[in-house]
Amino acid sequence: MVLMAPRSALRSLVTDLVTTSVIALVIFGVMVGLKTDTIPGGLALTPRWLAALEIVAVVVVGRLILHLTWWRRKPGAGASWVPAGIATGWTQGIALLAKVARPALLVFALTLPFLPFTDRYLLDLSILVLTYVMLGWGLNIVVGLAGLLDLGYVAFYAVGAYSYALLAQNFGWSFWLCLPVSGILAAFWGIILGFPVLRLRGDYLAIVTLAFGEIVRIVLLNWYWFTGGPDGLSGIPRPDFFGLPFDRAPGGFADTFGIEYSSLHRIVFLYFLILALALLTNYVTMRLRRLPIGRAWEALREDEIACRSLGLNTTTVKLSAFATGAMFAGFAGAFFATRQGFISPESFTFTESALVLAIVVLGGMGSQMGVVIAAVALIGGFEVFREFAQYRMLIFGLAMVLIMIWKPRGLISGRVPSIFLGARKPVSGDLVSQGEGH
Amino acid sequence: MAEATGAANVLLKVEHLTMQFGGLTAVDDLSFDVRHGDITALIGPNGAGKTTVFNCITGFYKPTVGRITMTQASGKSYLLERLADFEVSRKAKVARTFQNIRLFGGMTALENLLVAQHNHLLRASGFTFGAVFGLVGYGKAEAAAVDLARYWLNHAGLLDRADDAAADLPYGAQRRLEIARAMCTDPQLLCLDEPAAGLNPRESDELNHLLLFIRKERDVGILLIEHDMSVVMGISDHIVVLDYGRKIADGTPDDIRSDPSVIAAYLGVEDEDVAAVESTLEGITGGAKA
Repeated sequence: MVLMAPRSALRSLVTDLVTTSVIALVIFGVMVGLKTDTIPGGLALTPRWLAALEIVAVVVVGRLILHLTWWRRKPGAGASWVPAGIATGWTQGIALLAKVARPALLVFALTLPFLPFTDRYLLDLSILVLTYVMLGWGLNIVVGLAGLLDLGYVAFYAVGAYSYALLAQNFGWSFWLCLPVSGILAAFWGIILGFPVLRLRGDYLAIVTLAFGEIVRIVLLNWYWFTGGPDGLSGIPRPDFFGLPFDRAPGGFADTFGIEYSSLHRIVFLYFLILALALLTNYVTMRLRRLPIGRAWEALREDEIACRSLGLNTTTVKLSAFATGAMFAGFAGAFFATRQGFISPESFTFTESALVLAIVVLGGMGSQMGVVIAAVALIGGFEVFREFAQYRMLIFGLAMVLIMIWKPRGLISGRVPSIFLGARKPVSGDLVSQGEGH
Repeated sequence: MAEATGAANVLLKVEHLTMQFGGLTAVDDLSFDVRHGDITALIGPNGAGKTTVFNCITGFYKPTVGRITMTQASGKSYLLERLADFEVSRKAKVARTFQNIRLFGGMTALENLLVAQHNHLLRASGFTFGAVFGLVGYGKAEAAAVDLARYWLNHAGLLDRADDAAADLPYGAQRRLEIARAMCTDPQLLCLDEPAAGLNPRESDELNHLLLFIRKERDVGILLIEHDMSVVMGISDHIVVLDYGRKIADGTPDDIRSDPSVIAAYLGVEDEDVAAVESTLEGITGGAKA
């Protein structure tokens, strides 16, 4: 546009605006300009031409403004529409956050329940966010490290939750005994899922894991005498403080420690419980990344055929990734069951899998810090915008589209090498393969 | 030829190897030997079935007919066609590289070489459980693995790029890194699929240097597919020529240079004209020696 002679520039501008107005008129003329009303005996058509014309005018003026400002930039000024300054500022800011603010964030998480502004609502929200952080970290092993797209992750969450609920209700096992058992059972189901999908790649892998998630949910829904079907399981034992229940009675937590009873005690305990579980997930993941198994997962994501040529048994590598990821979902599921006291198949729909996957993808696959940021933004954001109930999905859809345009590899896309000889240089996200299913 | 030097020295014995894909016979009744400490080159025009032979040897294809015996220096022998692909590397100690480089691009050069030592390290880490719960001294095994990686990085001329992502390296360096990675699996037979493809003369020279080092310092047999005749003639001890899946010649570089059927295959001469080619041979071999 800038390079053209003024006359032809003007002509092409006018042509563009006329085309825009015609398209807008066709779309909004029908959708807004004609309104159907129910009248006795049928429908009546009420024309609203003025409203339609107003929208068309807004579209045309908006496009004119874009032509005069944004689109006048020199061609090739930048592939991204985000100004370069903001983009690099973001990268540096994130790097700073990851380096400096990580301990600060941990201290904040540890002291949150005792801060003056903390109330029950914030604690509940934090517990929810931490649950998703833990699920995100668990799924990160499968999707981010091993590069296996898993759309049925919530199935393992469900296995963990139902394992705890059933074991605690039927055998009276304590939470601390049920927790590892739930994790082991979920890992076992991870291996069960792993076997049929071993030979699958890409879209097929995604579809089968999606189906697996649905199968688990539908079995829970229909196996009435065992799982309670759609009624779910209620009266799941609440957690106690190593044998001390959180109640008013003598011998309870408050009584033993000689403090005044408060219903917050249990919430605070739950908060620290999920914080500990999430940190355990993070610690184990970071430890595994530096062990041969973690490097094998990442190598699998980069090139499966090369892995086999180097003598790696890709079957066990894949199964171990599925099992480890599933185990953490199982822990989180057991926590979910004891926190809610009631579970039903409705809590384990595909939406949950999609949400956890969105957290991992938005945060940047393989990035632990990215998962935290994405979980806080998504889950916390949902709560903050609760008042705008009908618009919040719209807002979040838009936000995700914008972030994916701006940072297509997630908020934190680089990869930190697991070992180094001289200096640890982060690997650019563009070089890191995304594994199967992308 | 092969029979003259005795069977005791044979590292890899390919017998009557045939590979069919549907109606297409890619490799037809191929037999040849690779000896200890030799560089054996597998050459032939495009589509002659060289890479198919490689894939059969390294377990990526299961041959239709034939037997591939790998006899290690210890005397242990394996029938490669019966092993799963990852066992060919793990048990039989056959390592390979790929025609289109297959590095772990997002991982550093050092990490690539550590992945190659996975099986050994996994045992040292107590199959992960030992190291996670702090039961085994994994650190010592990893330090040894890093030392081995450093040794190969050094000889591949990549020590200063150890912490760079593999995909960030120049093409020639990627080729050498892939060979170094294959060597980190501690192989007895190294199969290289067109290692010099796309290299400039200097990189090609560095590659020759690395291959000759491997043959000299390590007791490793090398099987090589190559189109670059300066590499083939310069470093191989033994050449097998394939055309349309069949072996048309087998011998030393000098034998191959003067073999009329090889010349015919490369230049596309009709069978009747082979005699004519043979008579004009002397001049060509003189020129190709450079």
